[in-house]
This record gives sequence, C-alpha cells and structure tokens, in this order.
Amino acid sequence: MVELTRTRDSDALSYDVERVRADFPVLSRLVHERKGKPGKPLVYLDSGASAHKPRQVIEAMSRFMEEDYSNIHRGVHFLSQRATDRFDAVRGKVARFLNAPSDNTIVFTRSATEAINLVASSYGRTFLKEGDEVILSVMEHHANIVPWQLLQAEKGIVIKVVPVDDEGVFDLDAYAGLLSDRTKFVAITHCSNVLGTVTPAREIARLAHERGVPVLFDGSQAVVHRPVDVQEIDADFYVFTVHKLYGPTGLGVLYGKYELLKKMPPYQGGGDMIEAVSFEGTTFKLPPTRFEAGTPPITEVIGLGAAIDYVESLGREAIAAHEDDLLKYATQQLSQLEGLRILGTAPGKGPIISFTLDGVHPHDIGTIVDQYGVAIRVGRHCAEPLGERFGVGASARASFGLYNTRAEVDALVSSVRAVKEFFGA
Amino acid sequence: MMDELRELYQEVILDHGKNPRNFRHPEDANREAKGENPMCGDRFMVYLKLKDGVVEDVAFQGRGCAISTASASMMTEVVRGKTEADAKALFETFHDLCTKEDHEHGDHGPVDEEAMERLQVLAGVRQFPVRVKCATLAWHAMSAAIDGEDKASSETKD
Repeated sequence: MVELTRTRDSDALSYDVERVRADFPVLSRLVHERKGKPGKPLVYLDSGASAHKPRQVIEAMSRFMEEDYSNIHRGVHFLSQRATDRFDAVRGKVARFLNAPSDNTIVFTRSATEAINLVASSYGRTFLKEGDEVILSVMEHHANIVPWQLLQAEKGIVIKVVPVDDEGVFDLDAYAGLLSDRTKFVAITHCSNVLGTVTPAREIARLAHERGVPVLFDGSQAVVHRPVDVQEIDADFYVFTVHKLYGPTGLGVLYGKYELLKKMPPYQGGGDMIEAVSFEGTTFKLPPTRFEAGTPPITEVIGLGAAIDYVESLGREAIAAHEDDLLKYATQQLSQLEGLRILGTAPGKGPIISFTLDGVHPHDIGTIVDQYGVAIRVGRHCAEPLGERFGVGASARASFGLYNTRAEVDALVSSVRAVKEFFGA
Repeated sequence: MMDELRELYQEVILDHGKNPRNFRHPEDANREAKGENPMCGDRFMVYLKLKDGVVEDVAFQGRGCAISTASASMMTEVVRGKTEADAKALFETFHDLCTKEDHEHGDHGPVDEEAMERLQVLAGVRQFPVRVKCATLAWHAMSAAIDGEDKASSETKD
C-alpha cells in the first residue's frame, strides 16, 4: 500500500513511481519469451486503450467474491444485505470522485459506450425531433458519434461538427457559431483519445446553457488524468469507463443532473428498475435505479470503488504532475527523431502522443517496437474522422499512465529509432 | 528475438513495400473491388482486366503497411495471365501459407509452384497472427473482384 502522506504531495519529484509499479503485478512480467531466449521487460504504453489493475483492485474483487458476494437489492439474507450495502457505498464514492451533488445522479452502465447510448436513446428519442441539431466535435471517439448517427437515422436529427486547428485545439469560435435555436444537444469529449486535447468544458457548457441546451462530456480519458468536477464545469451528463481508470472491464458510469434523469424514460426494461409490474402497466423506479435494469456488474462496481481509493491514495494532482512530466519528456525526446510527426500539440493536453513516421506505416511501427517489449496502439483509434482531418489513415499512439517512467519513454524512443533503421527511414 | 522480425520483413518485402509494382489504375480494367481493414486503416482498390476467364491485367492503389503493400504488389505479379480459377486456387494456397504449418496445407488443385516459391517470403506472418490480415487483404479484394463483388473486408475473415 502506498503511504498517503508521501504521495499526497503534488510535487512530481516526490511521486515514488517504483512503489506504484510494485502494486501492478503485470508490470514485472516479461514478454516474447521463446525458443529459450529471455523475454523483454514489458513497457506498457497503451493505457489509453485499457489500463492495468493494481493489486488493491484485484484483491478487492477476489475478496468480495470470496466473502461478501451475493445479488443485490433482492434478498433479505445476510449476504444480500452486505453486498447491497457495499455496492451502494461505491455509488457515493463515485459521486464524490466527480464532485456530483448527490448519489442518485450516478448511474452504473456496462461501459461508457452504453452510457452515451443510454442518453442518445432515452433523452434523444424523447426530446429530439426531425431537424433538431446535435453538436459533436471532429475529435470524438466512435462511441460518441455512432449513437447520434443511429438517432439521426431514426429521427432525422442533424449532426454538426466542431473542427480543431492544426495543433488539435478545440475551435471555440466555430462552436459558438454552430450553436443556434436549432441546437438541442451537445456531446463533446473532455479529452481526445488521439490528440490528448483537453476541451474547454466549462466554456462549452456555458455557451450551450445560454440557449438552454444540455451538454454531455465523454470523460473516459479525462477522469484518468486529472481531477474532474462536474458541478464546476456544469456538465448535464458526464460519462466515463472504468477499465481505463485502473478498474475492471464491463462497467461504465453516467452522471446526469437529477432533474434531467428524472424526466427521461427507461433505456432498457427488466428487473430492479421497476416499482410494480402488471400486464396492465408497469411503473418505474426513480433514477438511478430506473436505468439499471437487470443484475449489474456487482463485483466490478466493488473493483471501481477500490480503483478510486487507489488513485486518491496517490493523489490525483500528484498523478497529473507525474504524467505531465512524462508527456513533456516524451514529446521532447520523440521530437528529435527526424521524420516523426506528433499529432496534437494543444497546450495543456493529456499524456497521449499520437505520431506518424515518414515512410513507415504505423502498423509496422507497432509490430517492431513490440519486439522490444514496447506496447503501443496503432491504427485509427476508433476516431476515423480525426485521422482524415490530419490527413493520416492511421497513426501510432503512446499513452501514459500513473505507473510509467522516463526509462520507459527512453525504451520507446530507442525502439522507434530501431524502426527507422530497419526501414531506412 | 529480432530473427522473427527479419523473417517478417525480408528485403523483398521492404522493397515491394517501398516500391510497389503495378501501383496504378488501368483504364481498361473491367472489375474492381475494395479491400479494407478497419482496424489498422489499410485500404486498397484492386483492379482487374478479365477477358475470356483470364486475368489479363491486375493492379492496385491505396495505402497500407509494408506487409499489405508488399503482398498486394507481389500478388499483381503472380496473378497476371492466370485463369480466374487458377488465381483463386493460388489465393487458397497462399492463405494456407500465411496461416497454417506446412503439414496442414490443404490441396487446392495444381498451383503455380514458382509463384508459391516467390510468395514464400510472406510466410513470416505466421508468427504474427495479427498481421495475417495485412498479408491477405489485397488477395481478398482480388478474389471479390473476380466474383463480381465490389468489396472485401478483412474484418470478418483472415
């Protein structure tokens, strides 16, 4: 366990990354051991796709299944009550994590994707009609594009797209220009999974609210890298996924202002979300339960609680400072490689570096650095329109987490050097 | 460690990857099909000129990694002049080369042994399962074009 006093300090120098690494069992493994040859240490620079889990999360989940597991909100027996209490406590923990005003604004979903689909489906199908406009940005992950396109096909809504400049900065003026009486919803990423750009969430929300338009932020990357206060940015909806936050897969979170959630119809029907069921008609519970049909991922919710405890024990400001140091160092080191182009250089960006290398396809970069134990993402990063914006079909992406080190940045840089030599690029 | 890499990226592949042959759009092509790998963004158009059941010309355009580009380039060289049936049999045999151990290869009828020998340089992808789709992408498109389809996606098949 990491000492609170030591790591609460926001100075990156006092952040003991080696102690942090010791909490992550997978980080000590070797990769590519074969034919009697020793493996290479894993250099995991793909946390933006999914982060590894600390022992504290893994153990909390196993212990829960060994000691307290049961279905929730159903039984009168001891374990059911115990599991229910523990499950419900995490809702409160998530509310505090986002500085949400109350527990009942937090809905558990299967993923961030499902959270956005929930809003597009429940809010969108109820309150949007033909010709209404929804504003997205060109930086959106497919998860924040396709649900709105489904709504477009069904209801005839119109999708407007906010551009970014060559550095990847969100074009606030263009956004303001797109807002009109026809605008009925805004859904924007809080931190781009490709460029790392952090969007001016408070300003985006303020401008939308001037016209009474609700705003959803996709915070899947943002919550991992910096403290998020949904009241301060005045988000109407805020979603994130848990597996990028050092927690388990299969779980997402939707924050919604209660007065909005309350007027939204159910997204899925089933057990737990109903007050009374009869074939003459069924009445639904209040949010958040209304949106949690069926048995939820109970053990995963316990894992989320442990993940939040973990990042808070390290200190979110301290994590941000550490990751910012890695970002600066990596940017500086990679920039020295001739022919390497970094996509996204917005001021204040998150610790994500997408890049291309002249004469070498990203897929080939990925395969070669992997042979050196360096795990990066290559491809379109589920954000095809953005790749087109920057004139690249695909790119390579290194994303940093709380356990990465400068030595790992060096490993990345030297493996990219090897790629260049290999291809004579 | 790096032996596998050398095997995957042989000089021939690096050469075809950098200087792809038949990288053009023939004006008299009468079939074309798109090959796309949504995961990595590789996207090729394969053009065929078919006459009396024979591939008189074959070419391609698009962008992809070294493996997919080299494989497409080499494909255009070995498929030209073949009958439709021979071209498809060659693809089946090549597919086995990329995905199966030697003793597991199926019998796809008589194939051009010399062509298979040249294609042997791509056998290295067998050690890199995620790259098999790269090596076979243009071939799927070629096969789709022969069948009169306009696209082949490597998402659903290797």
